[in-house]
Amino acid sequence: MNYLGRASWLLFLVSLVPSSLCAQVTSERLLHANDEPQNWLTYSGSYASQRYSALQQISATNVKNLELKWVFQAQSLQKFESTPLVVDGVMYLTQSPNDVVALDAKSGRVFWLYHYAPSPAARPCCGIVNRGVAILGDTLFMATVDAHLVAIDAKNGHALWNVKLAEAAAGYAMTMAPLVVKDKVIVGVAGGEFGVRGFIAAFEASTGKEAWRFDTIPKPGEPGHESWRDRDWEHGSAAVWVTGSYDPDLNLTYWGTGNPGPDWNPEQRPGDNLYSDSAVALDPDTGKLKWYFQFTPGDPYDYDSVQIPVLANADWNGSPRKLMFWGNRNGFFYVLDRATGKFLAGRPFVKVNWASGLDANGRPILTPQPPGAPTFPGIQGGTNWYSPSYSPRTGLFYLSTWENYATIFSGVNADYHEGQRYTGGANTSPIPGADNPVGQRQGPVNTYTEELARGAVVALNPETGKPAWKFDMHDVNTSGILTTASDLLFVGGREGYFQSLDAKTGTLLWKQNLGGEIIAGPISYLVDGKQYVSIASGNGLFTFALRE
Amino acid sequence: MTEAEGLSVKLRWLFLRASLQCAAFCTVLALCGPAANSQGQDRAPQYFQSDIQYGAQIFTSQCTSCHGENGDLIPGVNFRAGQFKRVISDNDLRATITTGVPGTAMQPFTFGASELTGIVSYLRNMGSFNARGMMMGNASRGHALFEGAGNCAGCHAVNGKGPRVAPDLGDIGALRTAELIHRTLIDPAGSMLPANRPVHAVTRDGKTINGRRLNEDTYTVQLIDEQEHLVSLTKADLREYTVLKSTSMPSYKDKFSAQELADLEAYLLSLRGVK
Repeated sequence: MNYLGRASWLLFLVSLVPSSLCAQVTSERLLHANDEPQNWLTYSGSYASQRYSALQQISATNVKNLELKWVFQAQSLQKFESTPLVVDGVMYLTQSPNDVVALDAKSGRVFWLYHYAPSPAARPCCGIVNRGVAILGDTLFMATVDAHLVAIDAKNGHALWNVKLAEAAAGYAMTMAPLVVKDKVIVGVAGGEFGVRGFIAAFEASTGKEAWRFDTIPKPGEPGHESWRDRDWEHGSAAVWVTGSYDPDLNLTYWGTGNPGPDWNPEQRPGDNLYSDSAVALDPDTGKLKWYFQFTPGDPYDYDSVQIPVLANADWNGSPRKLMFWGNRNGFFYVLDRATGKFLAGRPFVKVNWASGLDANGRPILTPQPPGAPTFPGIQGGTNWYSPSYSPRTGLFYLSTWENYATIFSGVNADYHEGQRYTGGANTSPIPGADNPVGQRQGPVNTYTEELARGAVVALNPETGKPAWKFDMHDVNTSGILTTASDLLFVGGREGYFQSLDAKTGTLLWKQNLGGEIIAGPISYLVDGKQYVSIASGNGLFTFALRE
Repeated sequence: MTEAEGLSVKLRWLFLRASLQCAAFCTVLALCGPAANSQGQDRAPQYFQSDIQYGAQIFTSQCTSCHGENGDLIPGVNFRAGQFKRVISDNDLRATITTGVPGTAMQPFTFGASELTGIVSYLRNMGSFNARGMMMGNASRGHALFEGAGNCAGCHAVNGKGPRVAPDLGDIGALRTAELIHRTLIDPAGSMLPANRPVHAVTRDGKTINGRRLNEDTYTVQLIDEQEHLVSLTKADLREYTVLKSTSMPSYKDKFSAQELADLEAYLLSLRGVK
């Protein structure tokens, strides 16, 4: 960095200090999270969910000098899917099952630990995991695996209120980081493998009083109910388990919904099964549905549309437009108009054979495979819930993918029993003897190597849906992605490497073996003039900065 | 670097074939995945004759004293008719066997995964299973075949006795189902797991390394070479890197009679690790 660069950088830092140091996290600060890149104030970094940092101290020329500054070892052997928040030098992190830890973001030393003991009745389908907290004022909010929402004092880790949303014994769970919009805390419920009826709900941040609830499956008399037969809707799932986004100008909050239930037997639930596998746009004050877009109607493949809605303002066909980018588990990348939900474009980003394409309205043109034949992508999808990133500098959308990955699906009739799995069939691997991967390998040896699938980071040009570049991995990629204003991209993967790529070209610039699967999203923050990058791997959180 | 069938380099591999002939047998066997890996996911039941036969043998020795030969001695339970008290899924069946039923004579059994797969396969197919057609294997005769006519011991160790180029089979009976073992003996190439494929590498300074792959990631590969060294290679340092999908293990389909195959399988299933 030359003198002018250093000077402007210092000026920038100084300008940040008076407004943010030790101040409460007001809703105003959340609205302008991009203006204080030293912090990481929401799960996805900002309401637009671009997982993009304006920091640029770590750059392509010095990233090779990154070194480990500290490690936090979680007291848990569960998957570590948490994204930390960083507020004015303090990091707030969750560890399984539902502990919150406040750390010095410079040293990793712990200020306090809040322990929550979830009910033994909790039965999340796919690991006792938590993905992080939200903050408003001096209060943290955590959704628990037994379907409670808990408010915690950010200064001392003391619980302030605790509300139960649904019955854990019936299969309801919560694993997401909540989203705070204005004075409300918004969450959704998991349980798509247990025949729950999904919902998104908002709570008054100060009291925990429920403000509204949006059922992701309309009941009789409500619009969309006609997409269900008889009483199939009662256990139709459409769960919600990753954090949504928010556009303050449109006053809309966006969420992705999960598979219809039972997962693999659409004969038990003929119809489109609204609002499963959809993006829904809600009024954050009332919970009223403004629009929806269903990606996979009547889904037989478990193609949850539980991805992060990424919001961007960019030119579309030569005119500025409010866009939403969506890399879907079903293998298609979509561009929607987020004011109206109108489908603008869609294109596969991995091998897809369940549909030959999308029609003018974005509805898939179905090409179901014969019984016993592999369907691409497989049950874990072309991507999954792993956070993508969008860089307004490069204009590219970055996605973790599973390449050349298939599953043989078969449906059988499922009877609903409360709290029991309600999946209605099977998913098996087309590779003889191989287990169908369910998200986390059981050990460090890549037994099936390249045969089941490979991972990649794909940089998509949103206008064309075509890749600008692709970075191939040997094992599948389960990691979230971070991009920075210095055109760096950080990503992990199931192999346990934490890597930095050139966001413009995909060239590998730096890597570090952290020794455990990376199944969380990286963040970046700055304390005392030093930029840090953090990522969870295995059972630890690893934090890097440039060598002194 | 390429990763291919390797037809073009077959000649280069002729020498390796000899040393790895039997190695591939257990290359296939030892990495065929867990015998019963449900991962908590429901899946379509799929039963294989070898597992059913193995389960029938276990059932006869462990279960008939209470359930009877026809599986219908306990009121409310009739295995041949598919009638159970609590069981819905195969996972339920496994759980009942391993945890028992409190307050009844049904005790918890400590079966391994391959045994459980066998028992469940048998119980689910008892109604149509014909015990008369069952080929009972003799583990002692199988042991003799393993060390003699099969030439398996020329490549495989059993609990440390033998070469290490191929995997040690000392616990293969605990790791693999009867069906997977049977399939491997009949069709070793088709059953070989990707992780265990032979690899061939040439470093930038011209050193050639051949061996059996143990693990691989984006940047590195781990293997055991022909001299039984554990070797980790960085791909960026290699001039050439080839992974072969072919296997040097012979099929025993025509080499052994059905009885000999059953004997060999019985021996392999009896190898349950050092206790």
